[in-house]
Amino acid sequence: MIEVRELTKSYGPTLAVDQVSFDANAGEVVGFIGPNGAGKTTTMRILTCYLTADAGNATVAGYDVLEHAIDVRKNVGYLPESAPLYADMGVVEYLKFMAEVRDLPKSQRKERINTVIDICGLEGVIQKDIGELSKGYRQRVGLAQSLIHDPPILILDEPTSGLDPTQTIEIRNLIIEMGKEKLVLFSTHILPEVAATCSRILMINQGEIVANGTLEELIDQVRSEERIHLVIRGPEEDITPELKALDAITGVSQSIMDNGVVTYEITTSQDGYEATSAIFRAAQQNSWDLVELRQETIDLENIFLHYSTGENRSPSNNTEPSTDVSPAEEE
Amino acid sequence: MQNINAIFKKEFRSYFNSPIAYIFITFFLAISSWLFFRTFFISGQAEMRGFFGLMPWIFLFFIPSVTMKLWAEEKKIGTAEILMTLPLRDYEVVVGKFLASFGLLAVTALFSLALPISVMILGDPDGGTIVCGYLGLLLMGGAYLAIGLFASTITENQIIAFILGISACFVLLIIGEDIVLFSTPNWLFPIFSYLGLGVHYSSILRGVIDSRDIIYYLAITGFFLYLSTLMIESRKWR
Repeated sequence: MIEVRELTKSYGPTLAVDQVSFDANAGEVVGFIGPNGAGKTTTMRILTCYLTADAGNATVAGYDVLEHAIDVRKNVGYLPESAPLYADMGVVEYLKFMAEVRDLPKSQRKERINTVIDICGLEGVIQKDIGELSKGYRQRVGLAQSLIHDPPILILDEPTSGLDPTQTIEIRNLIIEMGKEKLVLFSTHILPEVAATCSRILMINQGEIVANGTLEELIDQVRSEERIHLVIRGPEEDITPELKALDAITGVSQSIMDNGVVTYEITTSQDGYEATSAIFRAAQQNSWDLVELRQETIDLENIFLHYSTGENRSPSNNTEPSTDVSPAEEE
Repeated sequence: MQNINAIFKKEFRSYFNSPIAYIFITFFLAISSWLFFRTFFISGQAEMRGFFGLMPWIFLFFIPSVTMKLWAEEKKIGTAEILMTLPLRDYEVVVGKFLASFGLLAVTALFSLALPISVMILGDPDGGTIVCGYLGLLLMGGAYLAIGLFASTITENQIIAFILGISACFVLLIIGEDIVLFSTPNWLFPIFSYLGLGVHYSSILRGVIDSRDIIYYLAITGFFLYLSTLMIESRKWR
């Protein structure tokens, strides 16, 4: 439904989108993820024919974005970032206007408006002006607007930004629901959101697509070694050499020691289960007390850091560097 | 046509949903009536020439205030992004918005009919010149509106749009004024006197409807609507 080939766009000297190519089809929820200023919005604006690319081409619903802009727009529902709406219009008045410019047959307009009001949970605010609505409701009106003509393609730019956790979950569920038959392309810089909703992830950084695949595929690509987190009570001078002697283990670094408890970060080239078993047996034989022994899982944040910095950071680092990638997101 | 109509309805309603239309109509009528009646009783003649003569100067400040928000606001709030990704052609949106502002002007003109009616009660004015006056007023108003609309497409700041609109109209108005024409080089004289916004209006006010005057205003209106469309399209390439 969407085919993008080597799309390039720059604003003056700044290259915003650099040879971006990807495909997306109906029934997919594609998460477009990347830091602020990575080129997500620019790509979406090109796909909705708001902007024109400098080079490359894109087809949306079978229509070229340059030559058949009107046909492209007919097939796309678009919610720009922060849902810009006319504050002085009433909710229903606005949806009526949208139904009219979307050229819905007069006989269907009322029914369609009621349907999107229902889908987006707007029953409580139909009497109000958009200007009186809270951020969450405004976002929903924006979503309702994008759904009014029942488009096969939905393009949503940060649909959950600025929403509270309950509203975020509602919008996500809506996205998943829509993704069953439509193509939903939505952008976010919140990592857990993609894991929760997307069937596919497009990671973009500095205008380039750096990763494209399902969450599992991306994890597999990143996984080159496993990491094990070990907290153990016992004599440090005995434990360290013993661990280093284990076959499965390639690297050991002990960090914090506190009243006889030592914390290790261990890397292994083999299957993580082998190494954890070996460590467990060693601890048993030497009567050390295991306090904690677990395999680190590679999550989206590591993948993101991996692709955006070009190196695979340790999962244990993910509390500090990830804060700027996924700002306080309550799950 | 249907698309233009949808935009027209939305914008026209938006004028009347907000205080803009009411403030505009009230103050336009209050100020123009005051300025008109100030001299009306002194001259002691039952005619509307004083009223129509004021219009190029009153429009200068009133018209850009109607058009300044039409694009600047959309761009500032970001609603332009939804509007310009709807299945509408850019010119349809431009024309729809223009017609809405023209509609407001027409409603204002309708209310101002109270003036000729009072004059008719007081005396016996020439009906023909009044009809011509209103025709000229609407034609010239359309040109002012198109210029103001164009100013609004240039910026996302409404105040800048307002001042640019006034300035553009002002320049186009005074180049047809005698004082300016006296000091213009000979080769520029016919161009300036043709392009002056008020020149053709004055000839319509005389009660002579010349197709050239009508074409002039329609051309100016069309030209600035075309420029507005180009400005709106230019977002794509910048």
